[in-house]
Amino acid sequence: MTRQHSYWQLFSAVFSKDVKLAFRQRAEIVNPILFFLIVISLFPLAIGPEPGLLARMAPGIIWVAALLSTMLGLDKLFRDDYNDGSLEQLIASSYPLSLSVLGKVAAHWVVTGLPLVLMTPLFALLLNLESQSLLATVLTLLLGTPLLSFIGAIGAGLTVGLQKGGILMSLLVLPLYIPVLIFATSAIDTSSMSLDYSGQLAILGAMLVIAIISAPIAISSALKVSVS
Amino acid sequence: MQFDSFSDFIAMGGYGFYVWLSFGTCALILLCILLNSLRDTKRIMASVEQQIIREERIKKAKQEQTS
Amino acid sequence: MWKWLHPYAKAERAYQLCNTLLPYFAVVTVITMIVGWVWGLGFAPADYQQKDSYRIIFIHVPSAILSMGAYSSMAIAAIVALVWQLRNAELAVIAIAPVGACITAIALITGAAWGKPMWGAWWVWDARLTSELILLFLYLGVLSLYHAFEDKKSAGRAASILAIVGVINLPIIHYSVEWWNTLHQGATITKLDTKAIDPSMFWPLMVNILAFAAFVGTVTLIRLKNEILQREKHRPWVRALLNKG
Repeated sequence: MTRQHSYWQLFSAVFSKDVKLAFRQRAEIVNPILFFLIVISLFPLAIGPEPGLLARMAPGIIWVAALLSTMLGLDKLFRDDYNDGSLEQLIASSYPLSLSVLGKVAAHWVVTGLPLVLMTPLFALLLNLESQSLLATVLTLLLGTPLLSFIGAIGAGLTVGLQKGGILMSLLVLPLYIPVLIFATSAIDTSSMSLDYSGQLAILGAMLVIAIISAPIAISSALKVSVS
Repeated sequence: MQFDSFSDFIAMGGYGFYVWLSFGTCALILLCILLNSLRDTKRIMASVEQQIIREERIKKAKQEQTS
Repeated sequence: MWKWLHPYAKAERAYQLCNTLLPYFAVVTVITMIVGWVWGLGFAPADYQQKDSYRIIFIHVPSAILSMGAYSSMAIAAIVALVWQLRNAELAVIAIAPVGACITAIALITGAAWGKPMWGAWWVWDARLTSELILLFLYLGVLSLYHAFEDKKSAGRAASILAIVGVINLPIIHYSVEWWNTLHQGATITKLDTKAIDPSMFWPLMVNILAFAAFVGTVTLIRLKNEILQREKHRPWVRALLNKG
């Protein structure tokens, strides 16, 4: 079967379709962001509004909230397509599934991760984050949220065919998120001490590159298992 | 033998609680997984037996129907 | 070169292999376990600093080593299952998982019970304990995923994928936690570095490691047999087994 379209055309077709669909249901985009804001607001209510304490805990709070809200949005990554059969079509097509998966995960990031990155100044304000840490926070979220999308997509792919896949997916994916959490929060902490944090960023970047290359393969196998 | 008496052995130089807690839970967990696995074998073989009995019964019922 | 392995892709041959190996594993387990525990509890000399509480090492270290060994074996079985499409390998993955989880739990509990007299706290976020806890989560993840599927074929394949993803992440998680720990805890000295261990403690430790390894092997063989029986329930050779035993 000769292919009429290039890889780039396939990627952008899947990507733009997902982004368009997401924007049609504004709630899907807004809900994770609202969740993120609410979770961040819960912490001062729980541990007290003392600025010093909040500033110390801010990187951790932001990142745990990022993990949780990413996971909220992951369930929908493949479920709609699974339910209406388009996932099977993607798998059965002659184009590589990894490419379609790459498009879907990229769309997911644009819709859930990118807004978080853009709203970082707001979070910094709420949690009294040190000003020199703001850039570090933005950079770690910029590198880290795509990573969360990729790793989470593996869990989403494995559980898309299951009835109560949501909570199970969280259990599977959270241990895998731990290195991202460690390096990201460490980078922000280091920046608050005005030290160089490029090492942590480099590791995050390396993990992201490895994820871009290898995660689509794992996600494709997982989807093929789920749809069979 | 490193200990002078049995009560010394139990006491473990004052750390008896922790040592016996560790060895005790270890033994308990190992025993549990072993017994669980053996019980599974029995359960599976029992269900195979049940299936055979069921099939014989169905076969007999069919024969009585036709005869 | 691997032709001699080919017959074992068949369920019946694999079952027979398990049966053949089982007595040896069981005997080795019983002997080494008894010798190891008696030696470690009663005959190995007390540690200079930790006195008799260090004896927990004789079950903590073997269980920690085996928890990682079992996960690696599970991952190898998973790779074999996915690359060569072998059902028996998938069954091996799910046979090892519960045993590995139990061993990891033992490592955590004995670690905590050792930590209380030594460091004064039941739980510390020490690098190794934290990595071990995450390893337990990975095991439980594989098990939960397998049991969430109704179709056991898909379940086996999904569990294999997760096991492989987990094993790739395991070194990353381990090193990142170690790095995180040195950052946050300063000098947490882990005593009894095995390189500097006295022979009178080294040998009982080795025997116990062998004992735990043999135990994991024995129970895995039993569970693998169970999985094979469960899958092949309707085959005549399984029914023949009933008549024999």
